[in-house]
Amino acid sequence: SIQAHKEDKPQKLLEMNGHTSVPHSYDYDLIVIGGGSGGLAAAKEAAKYEKKVMVLDFVTPTPLGNAWGLGGTCVNVGCIPKKLMHQAALLGQALQDSRKYGWQFTEEVKHNWMTMTESVQNYIGSLNWGYRVSLREKSVTYENAYGEFVGPHTIKATNKRGVEKLYTAERFLIATGERPRYLGIPGDKEYCISSDDLFSLPYCPGKTLVVGASYVALECAGFLAGLGLDVTVMVRSILLRGFDQDIANKIGEYMEEHGINFIREFVPIKVEQIEEGTPGRLKVTAKSTTGNQIIEGEYNTVLLAIGRDPCTRKIGLDKVGVKINEKTGKIPVNDEEQTNVPYIYAVGDILQDKLELTPVAIQAGRLLIQRLYAGATSKCDYLNVPTTVFTPLEYGACGYSEETAVEKFGEENIEVYHSHFWPLEWTVPSRDNNKCYAKIICNIQDKERIIGFHVLGPNAGEITQGFAAAMKCGVTKEQLDSTVGIHPVCAEV
Amino acid sequence: GKNEYDLLVIGGGSGGLACAKEAAQFGRKVAVLDYVDPSPQGTKWGLGGTCVNVGCIPKKLMHQAALLGGALKDAQRYGWNISQPVHHTWSVMAQAVQNYVKSLNWGHRVQLQDKKVKYFNMKGSFSDPHTIRGLTKAGKEAIVTAENIVIATGGRPKYPTHIAGALEYGITSDDLFWLKESPGKTLSSFIVYVSLECAGFLTGIGLDTTVMMRSIPLRGFDQQMASLVTEHMESYGTRFLKRCFPTKVEKLESNRLQVTWKNTDLGTEEADSFDTVMWAVGRAPDTETLNLETVGVKTNSDTGKIIVDAGEATSVPHIYAVGDITEGRPELTPTAIAAGKLLARRLFGQSSELMDYDNVPTTVFTPLEYGCVGLSEEAAVQRYGVDNIEVYHAHYKPLEFTVAERDAAQCYMKMVCLREREQRILGLHFIGPNAGEVIQGFALGIKCGATYPQLMKTVGIHPTCAEEITKLHITKRSGLDATVTGC
Repeated sequence: SIQAHKEDKPQKLLEMNGHTSVPHSYDYDLIVIGGGSGGLAAAKEAAKYEKKVMVLDFVTPTPLGNAWGLGGTCVNVGCIPKKLMHQAALLGQALQDSRKYGWQFTEEVKHNWMTMTESVQNYIGSLNWGYRVSLREKSVTYENAYGEFVGPHTIKATNKRGVEKLYTAERFLIATGERPRYLGIPGDKEYCISSDDLFSLPYCPGKTLVVGASYVALECAGFLAGLGLDVTVMVRSILLRGFDQDIANKIGEYMEEHGINFIREFVPIKVEQIEEGTPGRLKVTAKSTTGNQIIEGEYNTVLLAIGRDPCTRKIGLDKVGVKINEKTGKIPVNDEEQTNVPYIYAVGDILQDKLELTPVAIQAGRLLIQRLYAGATSKCDYLNVPTTVFTPLEYGACGYSEETAVEKFGEENIEVYHSHFWPLEWTVPSRDNNKCYAKIICNIQDKERIIGFHVLGPNAGEITQGFAAAMKCGVTKEQLDSTVGIHPVCAEV
Repeated sequence: GKNEYDLLVIGGGSGGLACAKEAAQFGRKVAVLDYVDPSPQGTKWGLGGTCVNVGCIPKKLMHQAALLGGALKDAQRYGWNISQPVHHTWSVMAQAVQNYVKSLNWGHRVQLQDKKVKYFNMKGSFSDPHTIRGLTKAGKEAIVTAENIVIATGGRPKYPTHIAGALEYGITSDDLFWLKESPGKTLSSFIVYVSLECAGFLTGIGLDTTVMMRSIPLRGFDQQMASLVTEHMESYGTRFLKRCFPTKVEKLESNRLQVTWKNTDLGTEEADSFDTVMWAVGRAPDTETLNLETVGVKTNSDTGKIIVDAGEATSVPHIYAVGDITEGRPELTPTAIAAGKLLARRLFGQSSELMDYDNVPTTVFTPLEYGCVGLSEEAAVQRYGVDNIEVYHAHYKPLEFTVAERDAAQCYMKMVCLREREQRILGLHFIGPNAGEVIQGFALGIKCGATYPQLMKTVGIHPTCAEEITKLHITKRSGLDATVTGC
């Protein structure tokens, strides 16, 4: 296609770009900005209804120069590599257990970061490729270009080489997701890495300081320690804000007991480089949040995991009048994922007051498209969405945390049933008796309906999924009691 | 009263102990009789019944040992520098498992003591409807009377006594878990889940294992799933001798065993030698020495199991039965426990709640596990007709298999639903890692009458295997490729 000027009218664009006519003289029925979980799911769904769809996906390199292929956060720098590295750490534990079960091998087994990372990256590469093929097969146009609104129904796409093109569409879907936040202190962008860099790091991170107490921070700290690295977590205040705090504390305790150092109520104020290298040596200076105490520490790697910010500030939303929350950058939408501009929609992590989860983005994207093009009326059900934190001791949850249940219903109106348990598989290697835990929160006023489910233990995700389905059916404590357990598994507790 | 105890339980296994402990909670005077007749090979064990001593518990632990062998292979791909091949020592595993089981025996004794339940290590038989004669190992006798009696004596493995040498030279699951030395090259005969599970973990720890089966595997289970399970075992390294049945077992000079069998396909007779021959041809209810005829407790003439009504009552007032010994009930620990508890509550706690045996979930712990709840596809077709059911299915690949480069050909799931508007779920079947953990929560959903649309509204947890259940959308009827691709 020919390079177009920014001021061109839609009709002229059509001719210049060589596209055939589309109703209302737009280039596309739908342009999706962001080729991640939500964006791709929506694009592929729209193609099913024979709509002309384009996906614009572009990864702005990290401060350290890292970028990746099509698929978004989940595939490249989120769920997928995270779970694979978590699995590598679990296998390390399995190695230890296996001796007690009769397996014999040499005393010390070491882990090779490069072997793992290469395998993981190869798998991700196959997913990137798979997505490109999938889009092609469904006749969805894909451009590796940065999309920004320049006027009503018009978007400018800039590729890696700076070539600009203009496209128009009847409707737009913003699914640009988020990127890790930096601290804004000296040395953060120059010397620190984020989850965007960790999963493809071409050298073993070594002694690592993880800054943050989000699930990202704890999951990463967890598997790094499981691979044999010296890990410290620096926490400003509480762990896993927004999650059930009783369980969050148990997770922290477990991690501490398994060799992860925690520095609580401190924030870094400066990161300096002592020595270059792969990894190098960094000096971190931190200040107490409760006083004037200053501490220093030396690490090979500093991983920042203090939160993520939506990619909504530089995509020209002001040009088309889409309102965003100025403070957070998130986009408020109605219950049909529509922004304040009727022909512009949004899904995924950028939404205000919604959950930042891949399956939610996918479901929201699909249902949106079905409503737009297939006459469906189903809206995304954000209630009782289950999730799992893949820390060394996994945590699966669905529904209310104990605190929010108490807040919403009142302590006297809820009943909490709980139990510690010892997975059978941990008995032989004498592991951690009484660390695993499960609790359900019931609404007394509504037939003891289960409004919160929490399980801390191995395979928490597999366990929680089915219970989430049951909660969707309105399961009560009585029904739970009358369901026979499968023996011997953790889930029967 | 005239009876010594309010409740006497014969059999200290899953059902019996649960019933006894629950009754004790109501302040009742309760006694438990438990006795283990040694197996033909001389194996015996402590309090706790089949599950604890020669069933679920040691089975799952040895299954775990085998799974860890797989994990060791995977670990290399995930970057762990471990030199292959790694060897397994049976005695280390067996001792660890046996020690754990013994701690459970101890735990049960302590629990009974804490709950003030009297425990007799005696073999019981009926003298009259309220009187039990107990016999110790040494031959000492005791007479115990009770207002209510619960029979929970469970079952023991059957021997194919018509096969020469079967009793003298073969072992069963009663013996396998207590072997001090490795069973070596093993032949496991016939196909109940016990046979497959044992053959599975024996293969997993590196032993040369063969399964011989006369007809179909896992009778009573969904047959499509059963064949995927055996297919996986074959690719895993277990040898299958299909449509064969043994005719005799002889001991060789080397002390190994020679098994001769008939191959019904080829009409030939074949033979091979093994270190161990294990029979897993089903279990028979342990009722022979109870003297049931004296008191008139009716049993099923085919199976020998005790006939009970919906309240676990036998044909004789005040005599009840729970667990594997009862006719028409699933032979599972959790159902025995639940039934035992509810019985105690009905007898002593003013409850009227009956045990619900519908939609009981279960899992077969073969190398690739199979979890299920509800109807098999065949049973659903039979009950409702093929046009009135819809089967959603998918082949998937667990994320963890990718880097490990493991074959996921048999990782499969299917959901059998009614076709009419509501699309209520009749059965759910899942083959894959941690099948038990996956199925448990869905079993709860099915108990609540879950429908296909409700499951589809449930958001998945990513990345897990279980989430694929909430994404099932290809029907068998459509004939489309049901392989799940990527995110």
